[in-house]
Amino acid sequence: MPADEEGLWHRPSVLALRRLLHHRLFVSGLVLFAIIVVAAILAPVLAPINPDKIDMNATFLPPSLRHLFGTDNFGRSLFSRVMWGARLSMLIGGATVAINAVAGTVIGALAGYYRRIDNIVMRANDALMAFPPVLLAIAVTATLGPSIIDVIIALGVVYTPRTARIVRSSVIVLREMEYVQAAVAAGAGDWHVLRRHILPNALAPLIVQLSFLFAYAVLTEATLSFLGVGAVPPTPTWGNIMAEGREYLTTAPWIIAIPGAALMITVLGLNMLGDGLRDVLDPRLRIQQ
Amino acid sequence: MIRVIASRVASAVPILILVSLITFGMIHMIPGGPAAAIAGLSATPQQIAEINHNLGLDKPLPVQLYRWYDQVLHGNLGTSLLLGQPVSQAIMIRLPVTFGLSLYALVITLAIGLSSGILAALRQNTWVDQVAMIFSIIGISLPNFYLALLMIIFFAVDLGWLPSGGYVPFFDDPLGWLGAMTLPAISLALLLTGLLARITRSTMLEVLRQDYIRTARAKGLPQRQVVLKHALANAMIPIVTVIGIIVSLLLSGAVVTETIFSLPGIGQLLTEAVLNRDYPMVQGGVLVVTALMVGVNILVDVLYAALDPRVRYHAS
Amino acid sequence: MSLLEVAGLTTTFATERGEIAAVEEVNFSLEAGEVLGVVGESGSGKSVTALTVMGLLPRPPARIAAGSVRFAGQELTSLSDREMRRIRGPGIAMVFQEPMTSLNPVFTIGEQIIETIRAHERAGAAAGFARTVELLEKVGIPSAAERMSAYPHQLSGGQRQRVMLAIALACRPRLLIADEPTTALDVTIQAQILDLLLDLRDEFGMALIVITHNIGVIAETADRVLVMYAGRIVEEAPVAGIFDRPAHPYTRALLASAPALDAPLAAGHLPAIPGTLPDPRHRPPGCRFAPRCELAIPACSAALPPLTAVGPGHAASCIRLGA
Repeated sequence: MPADEEGLWHRPSVLALRRLLHHRLFVSGLVLFAIIVVAAILAPVLAPINPDKIDMNATFLPPSLRHLFGTDNFGRSLFSRVMWGARLSMLIGGATVAINAVAGTVIGALAGYYRRIDNIVMRANDALMAFPPVLLAIAVTATLGPSIIDVIIALGVVYTPRTARIVRSSVIVLREMEYVQAAVAAGAGDWHVLRRHILPNALAPLIVQLSFLFAYAVLTEATLSFLGVGAVPPTPTWGNIMAEGREYLTTAPWIIAIPGAALMITVLGLNMLGDGLRDVLDPRLRIQQ
Repeated sequence: MIRVIASRVASAVPILILVSLITFGMIHMIPGGPAAAIAGLSATPQQIAEINHNLGLDKPLPVQLYRWYDQVLHGNLGTSLLLGQPVSQAIMIRLPVTFGLSLYALVITLAIGLSSGILAALRQNTWVDQVAMIFSIIGISLPNFYLALLMIIFFAVDLGWLPSGGYVPFFDDPLGWLGAMTLPAISLALLLTGLLARITRSTMLEVLRQDYIRTARAKGLPQRQVVLKHALANAMIPIVTVIGIIVSLLLSGAVVTETIFSLPGIGQLLTEAVLNRDYPMVQGGVLVVTALMVGVNILVDVLYAALDPRVRYHAS
Repeated sequence: MSLLEVAGLTTTFATERGEIAAVEEVNFSLEAGEVLGVVGESGSGKSVTALTVMGLLPRPPARIAAGSVRFAGQELTSLSDREMRRIRGPGIAMVFQEPMTSLNPVFTIGEQIIETIRAHERAGAAAGFARTVELLEKVGIPSAAERMSAYPHQLSGGQRQRVMLAIALACRPRLLIADEPTTALDVTIQAQILDLLLDLRDEFGMALIVITHNIGVIAETADRVLVMYAGRIVEEAPVAGIFDRPAHPYTRALLASAPALDAPLAAGHLPAIPGTLPDPRHRPPGCRFAPRCELAIPACSAALPPLTAVGPGHAASCIRLGA
């Protein structure tokens, strides 16, 4: 492909990007998600107070200019805790997405391309998908123990089968395409066919899936923390903050309301982002809109 | 049709075997072993040996596996360490709570999700469509425990309309049950309603574009019949698959909802079990719930075949 | 009074780049029992004309910008949905091109016919069943009573089109519009379905509009012919006039590119007339066909050529009629 400016401007990826930037839902979602990402990255700068610093002289302070989000039962700064919570949410969501992108693609591609592997792998997949998601995550953290790493593993176990299935169905369709059959007939190796002809075209549904997955991962992690089976307190995850605030639901509702709102903004942003990506990247679904 | 049912049941068998194998394996993947986890850091070797013996973990692995399947197939899921009660019994007692909650939430989900999805599709690109879709994307983005807590603050604490928690058995006091279950069911149903509304809308839009809908209109059928009979009968085929997923998410959500509203269901039982390292309870509970899920999925597949003659007549 | 009178009909579609006219200033009429053929390339506006008459275009994006459609003296364009619904079936019925997708896959064919009867008449279950069996026999479905409980996917393409005909005839319409009724079918089946259409026309005494891109089909069926191009009628004539004395250059090109008339049904798509239909957003000024026309002169692009009589019941819109 000629790399002159005009050619570049009309490349499919650039065209998709231009359409995305005109997609109102996508852009709004991107803005919401970006707020959380920036908060996560800049947490040490924006919230210099140690999120675990206890100040028994300043407990249950409602939000004010001095304490933007108020303080909790130990007088800890909720602003700091929610900002650092954003870090953990982004870390856990990002790690889950990374695990899924790699493991889900490998498993899905192998299962979709080699019929013999398919049978075995998909049975195991079906079994893992039979567990209700939160239940499986709880069972895994119950087994491995409550730490951030274990939560990430649990989310990987819960969601990778779902991602693998999506990659597999694209690969199965693409494998039968004439241009792929032609490449095979021309003697191209399996690895070459997968890497050059199949996976690039399976990318769009995978990207859409991963953006929704990020939302599910953040939500499930918060649920686990809230139930007390995620990262151990006082780790400032949003779920933990809300669990600790439950007792003071009526007297200090901001302890729950603020991290809950942060969680909702994250999930909403990612869902809108995912909807936008699906509209633009997935032509079959685009016709539906 | 009988062949469809038989083939779906048969295909569930390997899944159930794998599911039970995974639950069996759980206890062996605990770092340091379950006994140490149960007894804590200060445990003596004797205590650990005793726990291992009680759990049957001192036997060779094949023997353990044999005993596990032997027990499971006889409906014996072991004894709860926390309650000292047979696991199966504890589950049976709590099942009606979870079942009632899930059913209530499912009714809300189907009623609102289906109708708003259909309406949004029929009024595509109007304000009705936009409002429905804004509500549903918020619905799928609002964490159910957050919604539950907000509703407790508002409806239970501020307004005092409904209790903030506790359970009333349906057969003791149906109205009391309704009162106790309404907030939990709404908080559980919101995400699923949003999900169902979105999928119903896009499926209906797809179906309404089909040639056979034009035929139905060309025949002079009333609009109601075109939509509710011809379009919906076809849209229900993919929607039924989604309802299977929704049931699975209902059970996931029930874990949280029951904990928040102090409802003594399976979800609360399992959370307690996990927090107290009651491994037989966790294993048994996960196995039972997942087996129920497999059952629901068989039901969904059968329903799918019942709705789609093409599947019904071509089942192998 | 004619059965159907279409006058000055203009149907437009709202698109992202503004409103485009799919059909412009279309005039024609149809007598009871008459067979009218409408021929033209895909995109010429023939299906849109039919769907406008049936009131089946989604509005918006479609809009009847001008004109009237009178059926048996009743103006259809101003009817409410409910009133229009009563016309569809007993008044005007329609058969579509795609028998594979035009039947609802989840209902039996019997159900799909009976519900048509019941939408318009009070018919008991037994009477509805008996009438449906009779209809299926009339359209040539063997062992009709047994086939009542068949689903569409269990039938061949030809059989499905016969079922579509049975549905269309269920309420004895006074006008049947067949939009490319044979295009999706095998060649041997095409002839059978066309014969069946004409037999049914005689039996039910209805008028028939056959829409096709295949001028051979017109030769087989029609009494009178409309030739459409780029949303407008370019020639109107009795069927003999079209074949013996085609006046418009486009009609002549169509005939020249069609296979021999004794094997008319073998044609798939229209063979080459140089060029393509103009983009409806950028239609040429003057005669729409001028850019593709061998006889075009500068004056052709100056103004829309009026429809000019060239014989009894025969008119064409071309300023080069003598050339």
